[in-house]
Amino acid sequence: MFDRLNFPQPWLSLTLFLVWQFLSNGVSGASVVMGLLLAWLIPQLTQGFWPDRPALTRPWRLPGYLLRVLVDIVIASVTVARLILSGRPPKPVFVSYPLELEQPMAITILASTISLTPGTVSADVSDDQKILLIHALDAGSEQEVIDAIKQRYEKPLMEMFR
Amino acid sequence: MSTLAEYTIVVMLLIGGAFTLVGAIGLARLPDFFTRLHGPTKATTLGVGAIILASVVYFSFQGEGIGITEILIMAFLFMTAPISANMLAKAAMHLDVDVMEGTKGNPWEQ
Repeated sequence: MFDRLNFPQPWLSLTLFLVWQFLSNGVSGASVVMGLLLAWLIPQLTQGFWPDRPALTRPWRLPGYLLRVLVDIVIASVTVARLILSGRPPKPVFVSYPLELEQPMAITILASTISLTPGTVSADVSDDQKILLIHALDAGSEQEVIDAIKQRYEKPLMEMFR
Repeated sequence: MSTLAEYTIVVMLLIGGAFTLVGAIGLARLPDFFTRLHGPTKATTLGVGAIILASVVYFSFQGEGIGITEILIMAFLFMTAPISANMLAKAAMHLDVDVMEGTKGNPWEQ
């Protein structure tokens, strides 16, 4: 009985618990009980779907990263908006991005970041998880896109997931 | 509600509306499937972000506590938007959708 009363992924459990408190309009006895139940049950049910444990070794770097992504979203949105309104045809490029990251979780975060920042969409990951296919809306060359992403996003992610 | 808060809300709503509109225009006017993919996925990020911020400010000044629920909407949206874009792109590559003239590089099939 008590073997099963564990939390296989403490961070996921904590996140679930906090999200439930936010969702239920203020902390009350009922929301705490329900939050604890969900924080225990959901990791148990989804455990089989995790390929391996995400190894986020330096989580305190995450807020800085999120802030940078947020600022980039604003800047790049304006750039894309100007391109659309100017009416000139875009210069799209398919970029094969060589991944240095290895953990599936880190690759997912990188791909999501690329899709969220306007002007680039991550289209596919190769089967061996070494290459990420990116579609850039308006770019000079393939190398330009690769360098920008490597500098701005992959380096900080590699710091976090080492 | 103070005048400052009202102006903030108005500005946020205008920014949000403007970016959503530009996203829609992009969807209509860009030349091929892959470039059109950029319009709507991007409009959701900044457009909806600004509209949700306006909602947060509004409900905070109504005196019902800070609207954290809206922040959650934004978080979930930011988590799901890239995945839908990714799925659309994958489907397009699978169906071998035409790319516009002058596109550098190739989509690969596997």
